[in-house]
Amino acid sequence: MPFSTLTDIQAKLNAGETTAVQVAQTYLDRIATYNDDLNAFVHIDPKNVLAQAEASDAYRKEHGARPLEGLPIAVKDIFCTQNGPTRCCSNILEGFEAPYDAHVITRLREAGAVLVGKTNMDEFAMGSSSETSAFGGVQNPWNTDCIPGGSSGGSAAAVAAALTPAALGTDTGGSIRQPASLTGLVGLKPTYGRVSRRGIIAFASSLDQAGPMTRTVKDAALLTSIMSGHDAGDATSVADAPSFDWLAACEAKDMKGLRIGKPKEYFIDGMDEEVRTQVETALKKCQDLGAEIVDISLPHTEYAVAAYYVIAPSEASTNLSRYDAVRFGHRCDNPEDLEDMYARSRDEGFGSEVKRRILTGTFALSSGYYDAYYLKAQQVRTLISQDFKAAFEQVDIIATPTSPIPAFKSGEKTDDPLTMYLSDIFTIAVNLAGLPGLSQPCGFAQDLPVGLQWIAPAWQEDKILAAASAYESATDWHNQYPKGFGGES
Amino acid sequence: MDIDVKKIANLSRIRLTDNEAKELAPQLSSIMGYIDKLSEVNTDGVPPTAHPHDVAMPQRADVVTNADRRDALQQPAPRTESGLYVVPKVIE
Repeated sequence: MPFSTLTDIQAKLNAGETTAVQVAQTYLDRIATYNDDLNAFVHIDPKNVLAQAEASDAYRKEHGARPLEGLPIAVKDIFCTQNGPTRCCSNILEGFEAPYDAHVITRLREAGAVLVGKTNMDEFAMGSSSETSAFGGVQNPWNTDCIPGGSSGGSAAAVAAALTPAALGTDTGGSIRQPASLTGLVGLKPTYGRVSRRGIIAFASSLDQAGPMTRTVKDAALLTSIMSGHDAGDATSVADAPSFDWLAACEAKDMKGLRIGKPKEYFIDGMDEEVRTQVETALKKCQDLGAEIVDISLPHTEYAVAAYYVIAPSEASTNLSRYDAVRFGHRCDNPEDLEDMYARSRDEGFGSEVKRRILTGTFALSSGYYDAYYLKAQQVRTLISQDFKAAFEQVDIIATPTSPIPAFKSGEKTDDPLTMYLSDIFTIAVNLAGLPGLSQPCGFAQDLPVGLQWIAPAWQEDKILAAASAYESATDWHNQYPKGFGGES
Repeated sequence: MDIDVKKIANLSRIRLTDNEAKELAPQLSSIMGYIDKLSEVNTDGVPPTAHPHDVAMPQRADVVTNADRRDALQQPAPRTESGLYVVPKVIE
C-alpha cells in the first residue's frame, strides 16, 4: 500500500476497500516514522489532515467521488495555504499565515484532495539541493548522505519514500524536474501560463510554474488536469490554452512514427558517464518502440545558464522587495528609522543564497549595467526560444538527460555558488522558452536514480505524456523503491 | 570584475555586516564573470523577450471585484493600529 500510486489508491477507494481516513492515517504514520530521517516535511497538522479525510469520506457517501476524492497530496511550502504556516522555508516569513489559498490549492480542495502538509525546499526556491532552507537540508531516500535535488526537494523525498503518494512542486529553472530525476520520480513542469501562479510565493514571475511530482506519468497527468486552467487573478494565466484529454494521452503503448530530437549540446564532456549510458539506453528503447531518433542542435544552449542567472535574480530582486517589514514578515527590534527597519529586517530575515540573488539582480538592473546584462540576457532568451522553434520543425519532441549527474553529497557544493548553479544546465532553457518538460526515471548511476527529460512545443504536454507513458509501460524503473522505508516485500 | 557590494546592498535595502560584504564580493565577481559569457553572443537586431509566449495582455472590465478583507489581510502585519500600518516616524 505505501508505495501505491494515486491511481491505485483511487481504485481502492472507489471499490470501497479503504476509506480516505484509513489512507490518510497510513501516510501520517509513515511521516511520524520516517520524517526525522529525511526532513521532507516542515509542517504537519494530523488533526487537520484527518478532518479533511473525514469530510472527503462524507462527501463521497452523499454526492459520489470528485476527481481527487480522498487522495493525499503534499504541498511545497511555497504555496499559500490557509489555517497554518506558509514560510517558503525562510525566516523572513516566520509566523506568517496566508490570508487566502493559492488558486492551485483551491482547485485541489474542490476536487476532493486531502492536503497532508507542507514540504521542505530551498529558501524562496533558490537552490538545486534543498540545503538553503531555514529548516535545514533534506536527505535523499536513496542515500541519506546525498541531497534530493532542489528546490522542491522536500516534495521529492516525501514521494520517493512514500510519505505521500504525490506532491506539488514549482519549477523556475528545473526545481520540479531535477529533484524528480535525483529521486526516481515523474515530475512535470507545464507550459508557462497553463497553471495559475496566484498565491504561489513569487521568485521569477516570467519563469515560475507549478506542477506535480508523482510515481507515474498517469498520476502526473491526473494532477495537472486539475491544477491547470485559466484564472483571472493571474494576468499571465492563458485564457484559451489548447487542451486535450490528459488521461487518454497516457494510454500510448508505443512510439510508432514519433520523431525524437537528440540535441548534441545535452550530451557533453564532463557529464557523468553512467548517466550518459542510461539515457542512451533509454533512447534505444524508444527506437525499439517505433520512434526515430534524429540528431539535432540547439546552438545557444551553453548560454542558457548565464541568461537565467541574470533574468531570474533580476525578477527576484524586484519580487522580494515586498518583504519590507510593513505588511507581513519579520521586523527587526527597535528600528532607528524607516531605512534602518528595511535594511536590518531584510538582513536578519533572508538567508545567504537569497541575499546573493537579490544583490546579483540589483546589480544587473542598476544604472549603467542594464543594457549589458538584463537586456542582453532577454535577447539571448529570444535566441534560445528560436532554437527550440527551429528544432520542432524537424522533430515532434526532444529527449535529454534531466541532470548531468546523479544526486551529490550534502555540503559538497554549498561553498561554491557557481558550481551549484551549473547543476541546472539541462533544465533551465525549457523555462526560458516557456515550454513543457517532464522528467521520468530511466535507470541508475552509482546506485542513484537517473532521469530522462522530455521537452515538447508549448501547450503539447499530450505528446510528452504519450511518449513517457509508452516508455514507462515498456520499462520497470518507476516500480523501484529506496530501501529502508518499509517497501521491501 | 570589481563590484561595490556595499552600494548594491544599499540599493537592495539589505544591511550587510562587513564580514558578509567581504564574503559576498568574490562570489558576486565570480557569478558576474560567468555571466559575461553572454557578450560572446551576437544579438544585433534580436528583439528582447518580453513574454515567453506571443500573447496579448488580457483585459477585464474596470470594476471592483475584490471584497473588503482588511482585517484578514492586515493580520500578518508586524504592527497595525486602527486599520493602518505602523512604521517608524518618517517626517519630523
